[in-house]
Amino acid sequence: MRGIEITITVLILSAIFGYLFAFIAGLCRLSTNPILRGFTSFYVEIFRGTSLIVQLFWLYYAIPMLFGIDLGSNLLAGVLAISLNYGAYMSEIVRGSILAVSKGQSEAATALNMSRFQRMRLVIFPQAVRMMLPEFGNYLIQMLKATSLVSLIGMHDILYHGNILRSSDLSAAPTVYLLILVFYFIMALPLIFLTRKGEAISKKGVASQ
Amino acid sequence: MNWRWDMFFEALPYVLQGIGVTIGLTFACYLFALIVGFGWTFLRRIPNKTINWIITWIMEFIRSTPPLVQLFFIFFAWPMVPYVGVTLSPFASAVLGLGIHFSTYIGEVYRSGIEGVEKGQWEASRALNFSTTQKWTKIILPQAIPPTIPMLGNYLIIMFKEVPLAATIGVVGILHMAESFGSVNFRYLEAYTIVALIFLALSYPSAILINKLERKMNRRFDKKAALNSMNESKGAVS
Repeated sequence: MRGIEITITVLILSAIFGYLFAFIAGLCRLSTNPILRGFTSFYVEIFRGTSLIVQLFWLYYAIPMLFGIDLGSNLLAGVLAISLNYGAYMSEIVRGSILAVSKGQSEAATALNMSRFQRMRLVIFPQAVRMMLPEFGNYLIQMLKATSLVSLIGMHDILYHGNILRSSDLSAAPTVYLLILVFYFIMALPLIFLTRKGEAISKKGVASQ
Repeated sequence: MNWRWDMFFEALPYVLQGIGVTIGLTFACYLFALIVGFGWTFLRRIPNKTINWIITWIMEFIRSTPPLVQLFFIFFAWPMVPYVGVTLSPFASAVLGLGIHFSTYIGEVYRSGIEGVEKGQWEASRALNFSTTQKWTKIILPQAIPPTIPMLGNYLIIMFKEVPLAATIGVVGILHMAESFGSVNFRYLEAYTIVALIFLALSYPSAILINKLERKMNRRFDKKAALNSMNESKGAVS
């Protein structure tokens, strides 16, 4: 089982880029600039409307043909596909959480003579992030599951090694795939607990209405 | 840029051949998941802590492992399992694999629906001496099911987007068609673009539809709205 480090690398990179895309897109959709807003809604709808595996194949096979640029490696294609896809989903959470911060908060910030940027950074954002935590944890587990797809574009992750093992010994298939499932579950366990913790944090100290 | 329209139009009818299988598979998986989801909900309601704990973790296991690996397990490994192993066709494996994966999500949806029914309703049905069957069919389920409909609709769209995974075990849906078109003509670009466009064309309108449905449901089941209309009718009487 040598593929684990690849799976984890892809997961970490996609998570970092995914959250980055999510925040950028989420904030852009709240912007007052109609072009920026239109462009990001377009991005979000495209990536939410098609399936991840199609995006992955499209990025891996079609982009190099379309623009004549080589994405360099299948790692980049895989990470880009996963992070763009989940970034689109999570941007909706970012947007929803920011909108969910009650209006009085931003009014209070305005009353305290804060600039727009200060208002967002010091008042709205810390409250919104708390609401995002549980959902972000859920999506992290989703991303872990999605990393299994990169074996389809030729990356040597756990599943790829499992497939090779299976093809060398057909009768070993049940043990091989069961082991892979268990490996994924073990990797998911800390994320599950993290998500629960996130839920606890987001509930703590918030007055229930 | 070397986009070729002739290739696009050549690939279009070819890829579209797979659409029946893709949509059929989606509905087959969905139906299967809806039924198995009931099973999960029922099992979770067994009032025994150990069983409950075991079921919860089984569901957690299925939910947090990749559906792709589960598909491979069912398609490649299941025939090798001694005694119970049978060889399944790609289509049946896909229905089984994706159906079971999503049934755990759908079971949660049912559960949230049932738990959303107010406690007073349960008590009332007991106070009125309803039998268990009557309680479920006349009081709990009619209130539990409608609020879950938008959520269930969302899962239909999510499943539709997961179905191309089945191409990896040889179900000839649109993605599989695009792959074979690409490998024959060495033109992946147009074929995959068509697949993406088909998905967008089908899932975006249905997402909008479900959004509308959700809003409608919310309005209908909004307690405040119900109260207001009640007060209004009272006002009309007096």
